[in-house]
Amino acid sequence: MKKMKLVMVGNGMAGVRTLEEIIKISPDLYDITVFGAEPHANYNRILLSPVLAGEMTLKDIMLNDVDWYEANGIRLHLDKQIARIDRIARKVVAADGTEESYDRLLLATGSNPFVLPIPGKDLPGVITYRDIKDTNAMIDAAGKYRHAVVIGGGLLGLEAANGLKLRGMDVTVVHLAEWLMERQLDKTAADMLKKSLENKGLRFLLQKQTTAILANESGRVGSVSFSDGAQIPADLVVMAVGIKPNDDLARAAGIHCTRGVVVSDTMQTYDPRIYAVGECVNHRGVAYGLVAPLFEMGKVAANHLAHLGIGRYEGSVTSTKLKVTGVDLFSAGNFQGAADTEEIVLHDAIGGVYKKIVLKDDRIVGSVMVGDTGDGAWYFQMLREKQNVAEIRDHLMFGQSHLGNTGHQGQSNAAQMADTMEVCGCNGVCKGVIVKAIKEKGLFTLDDVRKHTKASSSCGSCTGLVEQILASTVGGAYAPQLNKNKPMCGCTDHTHEEARKVIREQHLLSIPAVMHFMEWRTPNGCASCRPAINYYLLSTWPHEALDDPQSRFINERAHANIQKDGTFSVVPRMFGGVTTAADLRRIADVVDKYQIPTVKVTGGQRIDLLGVKKADLPKVWADLAMPSGHAYAKALRTVKTCVGSEWCRFGVQDSTQMGIDLERAFAKMYAPHKVKLAVSGCPRNCAESGIKDVGVIGVDSGWEIYVAGNGGIKTEVAQFLCKVKTADEVLEYAGAFLQVYREEARYLDRTVHWVARVGLEYVKQRVLEDTAGRKALYARLLYALQDEKDPWQARAQGVAKHEFEALTV
Amino acid sequence: MNAPETMIMNEWVKVGAIDDIPPLGARVVKSAHGDIAVFRNADDEVFALLDKCPHKGGPLSQGIVFGRHVACPLHNWSIGLADGEAVAPDVGCVRQFAVKVEGAQVFVKIN
Ligand code: SRM
Ligand SMILES: Cc1cc2nc3c(=O)[nH]c(=O)nc-3n(C[C@H](O)[C@H](O)[C@H](O)COP(=O)(O)OP(=O)(O)OC[C@H]3O[C@@H](n4cnc5c(N)ncnc54)[C@H](O)[C@@H]3O)c2cc1C
Ligand code: SF4
Ligand code: FES
Repeated sequence: MKKMKLVMVGNGMAGVRTLEEIIKISPDLYDITVFGAEPHANYNRILLSPVLAGEMTLKDIMLNDVDWYEANGIRLHLDKQIARIDRIARKVVAADGTEESYDRLLLATGSNPFVLPIPGKDLPGVITYRDIKDTNAMIDAAGKYRHAVVIGGGLLGLEAANGLKLRGMDVTVVHLAEWLMERQLDKTAADMLKKSLENKGLRFLLQKQTTAILANESGRVGSVSFSDGAQIPADLVVMAVGIKPNDDLARAAGIHCTRGVVVSDTMQTYDPRIYAVGECVNHRGVAYGLVAPLFEMGKVAANHLAHLGIGRYEGSVTSTKLKVTGVDLFSAGNFQGAADTEEIVLHDAIGGVYKKIVLKDDRIVGSVMVGDTGDGAWYFQMLREKQNVAEIRDHLMFGQSHLGNTGHQGQSNAAQMADTMEVCGCNGVCKGVIVKAIKEKGLFTLDDVRKHTKASSSCGSCTGLVEQILASTVGGAYAPQLNKNKPMCGCTDHTHEEARKVIREQHLLSIPAVMHFMEWRTPNGCASCRPAINYYLLSTWPHEALDDPQSRFINERAHANIQKDGTFSVVPRMFGGVTTAADLRRIADVVDKYQIPTVKVTGGQRIDLLGVKKADLPKVWADLAMPSGHAYAKALRTVKTCVGSEWCRFGVQDSTQMGIDLERAFAKMYAPHKVKLAVSGCPRNCAESGIKDVGVIGVDSGWEIYVAGNGGIKTEVAQFLCKVKTADEVLEYAGAFLQVYREEARYLDRTVHWVARVGLEYVKQRVLEDTAGRKALYARLLYALQDEKDPWQARAQGVAKHEFEALTV
Repeated sequence: MNAPETMIMNEWVKVGAIDDIPPLGARVVKSAHGDIAVFRNADDEVFALLDKCPHKGGPLSQGIVFGRHVACPLHNWSIGLADGEAVAPDVGCVRQFAVKVEGAQVFVKIN
């Protein structure tokens, strides 16, 4: 098939990101041509400020060099401005006469700096701040002249001023409004910002209106004058008073523009063959000036250009971070507040910390922070997800570290960390390595950082810290990943919830059926989506959907835990941690017979045989004649117990028997992640019920049930669910809780993560308030578990033989 | 089993029927060069790699197979079945062996 022709005008961040997305999902669809007015390939515009400040070089900030275009078969015209679009002939014409026809046109022309219409605006030495050329002009001027005047005290103006100061100039920032960055900061925050910048040697003139720029005797800029008659010397004037979307081309071609090229939710202009992304567009009345929304637009545009037809861009909430080293500032959403909002404020003028969180109906709607911005990304994520914060309101101000989620050595503030400090304890990644990768490789998302540095890619406990490092390195370009509509993996744009819904509503019973119905991009998924779908199928349609062993992680396929040398471990079930002489004797015999190198008592009250050869597994299981402990599975693991009322002088309930009953009832129960229970015979809680997925504590009058605890990566104390009288009720309530979790949580969510998302109130409503619903849930769990075979005994009898035997030649 | 080293040098060795390998799965063949993982994907293509991940030696035969890749069971690197190359940003390459399927029989060239 002949390829369609895609032409892109504007070789900047939004456009190239769109191309990258297209190439990723549909590499062979288009023959692509790119026109860029600048003489450079695609670079990271937001890092011009560190270049100006001397912290980075131009080479460091290239995102896609010329070789990238070549490797992807893209024709690249640099230094070539498109002069007009001929929509009838479907072609674009460049200023030098070059023509190119298109089937689809992508406009990504960015925006132009706004230039004040005052006398002297065209004098040599008066510049704006937008591209490499401007940056070089500033660096050059800093080497020759003394006085710089920056007009505009917004984000760009302050970054320019800071850079020029670091390069040795005397810098004055002139600002019309009453305080700096008035569109991102309230007065208190702005005053603190001003003070810290003054400490760096910058001068400010607020509420000053520039009326003219005057030349010196040699014809270059010499001074600036104001409406109050004052005048100050200036050898360089940088105008940073705002931007306006660059919609000239589209406008001239008769495409509807307001302030920017008007686009629909699919990023199409009024001419459906013409798409537009980036700062040049106006979407639902908004023109954006930060990178994060542009990337979201690019993803949607690529999706539609690739004919996949899914995904809509519905607008973005943005946040701001100033990239001035040593000044910490964050702002997002409605930071001023209104009549119907409440504010939580922390202000320590001497310590230089100011934090304000604006709440409306128990949800964060805005935030502004100076001095300590470590939790900016966290607040911003809750803001975007409209998360109800009623339950954590007390701790909100103290930040996420207060709720856990810190770096390996317990740090919670990225800014205070030295480059050599370890962030990720699993993979040994230091802060400096992460910052370097973000800058050099042009990373913008948590996933990118995980892929390139491995930081936060194992246990994930340092995720919050890595997000902070990202946010402080790329500024407003960082958008914390929205949990709500995060796709399952690279194979699809659908979320976990959507997959579950489709499986239920369409009564789908196999992985290929799901992938076909939901139009997976890959033929048979990947190692991350397949196990998830396999679980969703089995948990939604027990006894109907067919298990696919090839979509299970090796541990669940071989029913043993793989070790680093490729051998396996075997952990038999010991219900409630209680064993017998006969069982122990059999275990000892097996250890001798198969020369198992290590026998260890686990943290879960049972015995682990480590270092078993795979080929020996079925024989070991046959000889043990004990049920599988599922120590390898996303399933019920252990039910820890204490001795309880049978022996203990304090015990008020028979916790051992309760634990055995729970373990017998729920053994073989697969779940989104592993599930651990504990039963203690009195509130002294020797079985550690307070940190279990379900923890039960005996009291004189019955049993207390706690849920969603976790003793692992981040220790989370379980929350009180209810108190019941009888052992049967414990089974029913615990079972119903586990069944909602099984039916609704995302694969690989522990109970704590799931409850954090849906709220304990929701769980209570399902398990406590709705009596019929609870009984139905419990019945569904028992139905799912009914007749479930023990996997070890089945394999000892020859099931899945091929899994354990090598081919012989 | 008698020493395979002498028998199979530089020869196409029959390792079994294609149906001995589960689709989207693998089997291990013991050879003088160490364990070889023989994979079969959803399109019944068959590949053979040394059963040793270029990262830390994980047994690739135990991984999840998808498309023309396998995810190592130890730390989840993706390895290309057709070229043995780790998928970027990871870097590494595992030794490959030529494979052919004749009739329903799979042969691996061990040299
Ligand atoms: C054997 C054992 C350590 C021991 O020698 O005592 C163990 C060993 C492993 N743990 Fe554990 N954990 C063991 C008790 C625990 C406990 C204590 C407990 O259960 O009371 C915890 C904290 C409690 C909890 O989970 O809430 C624990 C928290 C973890 C975690 C972190 C889970 C989390 O959500 O934060 C992981 C990682 C994971 O699952 O992703 C993990 C993962 C592992 C794995 C499976 C790592 C792996 O993927 O290979 C280890 C397998 C070794 C093997 O082959 O047997 N292990 N692990 C314990 C087995 C208990 C059992 O009888 O089944
Ligand atoms: C100094 C600076 C610091 C910034 N800091 C941040 C920050 O911290 N966080 C953040 O989120 N954002 C920041 N931004 C904003 C961010 O850089 C922009 O939002 C982003 O670059 C916009 O991408 P774009 O593709 O829409 O436009 P651009 O990246 O500007 O690309 C448009 C390209 O189109 C070209 N072009 C225009 N017309 C034509 C034509 N007719 N023919 C051919 N080519 C044409 C232009 O030359 C330009 O190269 C900063 C911007 C600057 C200048
Ligand atoms: S047993 Fe648990 S704590 Fe110990 S090394 Fe393995 S995962 Fe880490
Ligand atoms: S050994 Fe294969 S990924 Fe680590």
